[in-house]
Amino acid sequence: MKIYLDNAATTKVREEVLEKMIHVLKDEYGNPSSLYNIGRKAKSYLDEARDEASKILNCESKEIYFTSGGTESDNWAIKGIAQKYKDKGNHIITSKIEHHAILHTCQYLEKNGFEVTYLDVDKEGKISLEQLEKAIKPSTILVSIMFANNEVGTIQPIKEIGEITKKNNIIFHTDAVQAVGHVPIDVKEMNIDLLSLSGHKIKASKGVGALYVRTGIKIEPLIHGGAQERKRRGGTENVPNIAGLGVALKLARENMEEDMAYVKKLKDFLVNSILEEIPHTTLNGSKENRLSGNANITFDFIEGESILLLLDMKGIYISTGSACASGSLDPSHVLLSMGKLHEEAHGSIRFSVDKENTMEEIKIVIEQLKPIISRLREMSPLFEDYMKNKKGE
Amino acid sequence: MYTDKVMDHFMNPRNVGEIENASGVGQVGNPKCGDIMKVYLDIENNVIKDAKFRTFGCGAAVATSSMATELVIGKTVEEALKITNKTVMEALEGLPPAKVHCSCLAEEALQSALWNYAQTNGLVIEGLEEPREVDHHHGEEEE
Repeated sequence: MKIYLDNAATTKVREEVLEKMIHVLKDEYGNPSSLYNIGRKAKSYLDEARDEASKILNCESKEIYFTSGGTESDNWAIKGIAQKYKDKGNHIITSKIEHHAILHTCQYLEKNGFEVTYLDVDKEGKISLEQLEKAIKPSTILVSIMFANNEVGTIQPIKEIGEITKKNNIIFHTDAVQAVGHVPIDVKEMNIDLLSLSGHKIKASKGVGALYVRTGIKIEPLIHGGAQERKRRGGTENVPNIAGLGVALKLARENMEEDMAYVKKLKDFLVNSILEEIPHTTLNGSKENRLSGNANITFDFIEGESILLLLDMKGIYISTGSACASGSLDPSHVLLSMGKLHEEAHGSIRFSVDKENTMEEIKIVIEQLKPIISRLREMSPLFEDYMKNKKGE
Repeated sequence: MYTDKVMDHFMNPRNVGEIENASGVGQVGNPKCGDIMKVYLDIENNVIKDAKFRTFGCGAAVATSSMATELVIGKTVEEALKITNKTVMEALEGLPPAKVHCSCLAEEALQSALWNYAQTNGLVIEGLEEPREVDHHHGEEEE
């Protein structure tokens, strides 16, 4: 048995995407910059994918630049704008719960003469618009706030942020890696100037993504080279992966409403069952204002990695809210920013549901989870203290 | 990332639980670092007859607690004092660098339980020192 509930980490490439990629890999080997027939043919795949990306975001296709993924897009957006507008100011505003692709890039810029404000979030993981407005200074050149959080799934008030940045004539970037294909996005209506997206979160392959840059926004290249991507991103385009990304974007857009309703139904069943059937559990983040497939839950008195390992033994794949399993032992910066205690942050796990999952799988997960949680609590000195205190009352 | 031995002790931990009227009890760690270990010892005629533990923590934390209790049973107090984090780690056939602190915690939990035993019985045991709060470094962290 194998139940994959870590779709926020990555997704399985879908069949239609794979077919397209294999076709391009095998038969369409031309360089899209070449003028002859097979070069032009290769370029047509880029055009198709660019067109699909523009449709899902409601922008022009010439505003889409393909990259190697979300991390490159985030790096490029932050460093490219900082470099280009440094004469105008050196202040950047972001939030404390961004992905490390944003946070570490901002920290890098801080070492290079920029000033960064990291906005707080409330207990649901949302920034305060008031705090954002107060943080703006004459030297502010960029606001970068993620569309939806990867750990707790909280969706930010993007449209309202866009109104504030527009009013103050500041560039607005959003890391929408978790949101594209899962939440309707309209960059025009939301006043988004730059947006990062990633292929492998929406059933395309790893190593491909895009950055949307609104016409009129200047940006310094991150990767210098040939004249590809309107001279803004050098390097021969990754045609098979980009072609696959195009297919993934098309299918995500066409089926978004239906897919997300289905995913939400499974996720809600999972969350409600856990909260009802397993005592001392809490849903982290917002109840309503969150990604359809995300469930981040704290199991009191126990630690996330232990849950992960025991579920792994049962063929169930989830991830820890604490980054313990992934090499860093610090508890999640997102959960701590939301005011969670260290032991709560350490005891949190994330399930991310996808349309490939079934209700049957969710029911199995709930049944497998119960004895695992009991067993770990049996082993926990924190639970022992809790039970003794309860008896003493 | 874990050796088979670590996984075995995590999946089938030995000596989980508590000892009523234990001769010595020690608890170390804190929620901040994500590991808390509590060790109970039953000591008779200077020999550790039984040991139990409860641990809040990752796979390595559970495995090191389990191994430490297994190593300590049957030993004299003096022999038990010689069990270090290295002993525990070697018995587990190694730990990932980021998890070495778990083995240090296991050593400290044992020492802390022994200290508690010595204190309650008014004993002075050579080489046994009062446990102190240690701020554990997690190794291999990013700067």
